[in-house]
Amino acid sequence: MAFSSLKEIMEYGEKSGLPFWEAVLLDDMEERNVSREASLEQMRYTWNAMLEASSSYEPKRKSASALTGGQGKQMEAYCEMYPPICGPFMGRVITEALKTAESNACMKRIVAAPTAGASGVLPAVLIPYYETCGTSEGTVLEAMYTAAGIGQVIALRASISGAAGGCQAEIGSASAMAAGALVHLRGGSALQISHAAAMALKNLLGLVCDPVAGLVEIPCVKRNVIGAVNAISSADMALAGIESRIPPDQVIDAMRAVGDKMDSTLKETGMGGLAATPAGMEIVQKLQRG
Amino acid sequence: MHIFDILGPVMVGPSSSHTAGAVRIGYAAYKLLQEEPKEAEIYLHGSFAATGTGHGTDRGLIAGLLGMQPDDNRIPDSFQIAEKEGLSFSFAEKEIKAAHPNTALLCLTGKSGRKAEIQAASVGGGRILIQKLDGVELNVSLEKPTLIVHNLDRPGCVAKVAELLSDRKINIASMQLYRMSRNGTAIMALETDQPISEEAIHSLAHTDGILKVTFISMNT
Ligand code: SF4
Repeated sequence: MAFSSLKEIMEYGEKSGLPFWEAVLLDDMEERNVSREASLEQMRYTWNAMLEASSSYEPKRKSASALTGGQGKQMEAYCEMYPPICGPFMGRVITEALKTAESNACMKRIVAAPTAGASGVLPAVLIPYYETCGTSEGTVLEAMYTAAGIGQVIALRASISGAAGGCQAEIGSASAMAAGALVHLRGGSALQISHAAAMALKNLLGLVCDPVAGLVEIPCVKRNVIGAVNAISSADMALAGIESRIPPDQVIDAMRAVGDKMDSTLKETGMGGLAATPAGMEIVQKLQRG
Repeated sequence: MHIFDILGPVMVGPSSSHTAGAVRIGYAAYKLLQEEPKEAEIYLHGSFAATGTGHGTDRGLIAGLLGMQPDDNRIPDSFQIAEKEGLSFSFAEKEIKAAHPNTALLCLTGKSGRKAEIQAASVGGGRILIQKLDGVELNVSLEKPTLIVHNLDRPGCVAKVAELLSDRKINIASMQLYRMSRNGTAIMALETDQPISEEAIHSLAHTDGILKVTFISMNT
């Protein structure tokens, strides 16, 4: 049975002496009736698909609407030319988030994490960390179990779908997952993992889903950037010992409540928010004219 | 949801419902036709009609009909591949009464002349539901290996199928029955825990009262 709260994962860990990620792994073995090796193998396949999505990025490729493409490259070039304000590591994070999110919009292969729209967030923190901070593949896989465990609890208690809960449920959830993964990479505790996830989710609470013309492009691509950047700041706060004053599971429940109250025009219908701006409507008309 | 529904699927973008789900609908339709399609008339309803082109829903459906899975890098080029493989297709918008917003209706003709009509919805995260098959309303997710049996709607057919499977030690996880009208045709949809052998499918197909047997496993 999947865990129904972050608290449950932590309590399980306290009782068994196992870290957060391993509780999630054992649960997967039980739920899908697979061996430890089979589960790890599937996670490795998922990780490799993330790496491949990044390395096969095509800067010249455009989406079907021609609205998306090339900004990952643009950011990369900028970071090479000038030291970015946020520092070189964050520069890479922004670049990776743009690359994967653009690849998704351009019909390339990505890993939905937890959705295709938010697919850039997790690789944007994992790939630069893996490549610059000397972490082993094994530790990255552990971080991915950590992320998946957080996502599973959110999916169960709230939602991971923009149509059901707004963008807080997609980019917000992805950010919470990435924050937890980072804390694991840094050797943080299960408690710190939960609080990093909680803070990441809190900071994006209320975010609406308002894709222009209903396409997973505007504002989705750039929202992957804030999801990733927010994950890093939340992980750093948690590692500093800062906690969310609202308990993590209650933050998730609040996300659900906010999603339930959100107007349907702000839940993936392409009728509210940025989609309903004059510029957004103009794009719709242009696409209809073909 | 298991963890690889959260970290996954590995898929061609941009949308799990409008792209990955569309590929799976096409793939399911191809399996239900039981041969390579030669002609496909496709109708898109609701959000599939409104934003389908921008999401590659059309390319996804064709890719699935060509036997591709949602992670196939050739999905964006499926129209060209269809042309090479001799699949002609058309798309039109259609209001389908009381249908899920992400619905497609596929009218297929196979290379040997078989026909199939499939209405299916993409219900989120790449998951699909087959809602109508050859005019019979049903509700099949194909999450598990599924046996679909067209039979004459008369007593004894269900028992025969169940017996034949139990003789072969195949466990039935769930079973649904649908009928078009009394004494007409009916469809059985059975989810099984074990794969079903060619031999079992063959025996079933030659059982009295059974018109057609299709076994679908979405991952192969
Ligand atoms: S705006 Fe909507 S479609 Fe875009 S990433 Fe956010 S939830 Fe997904």
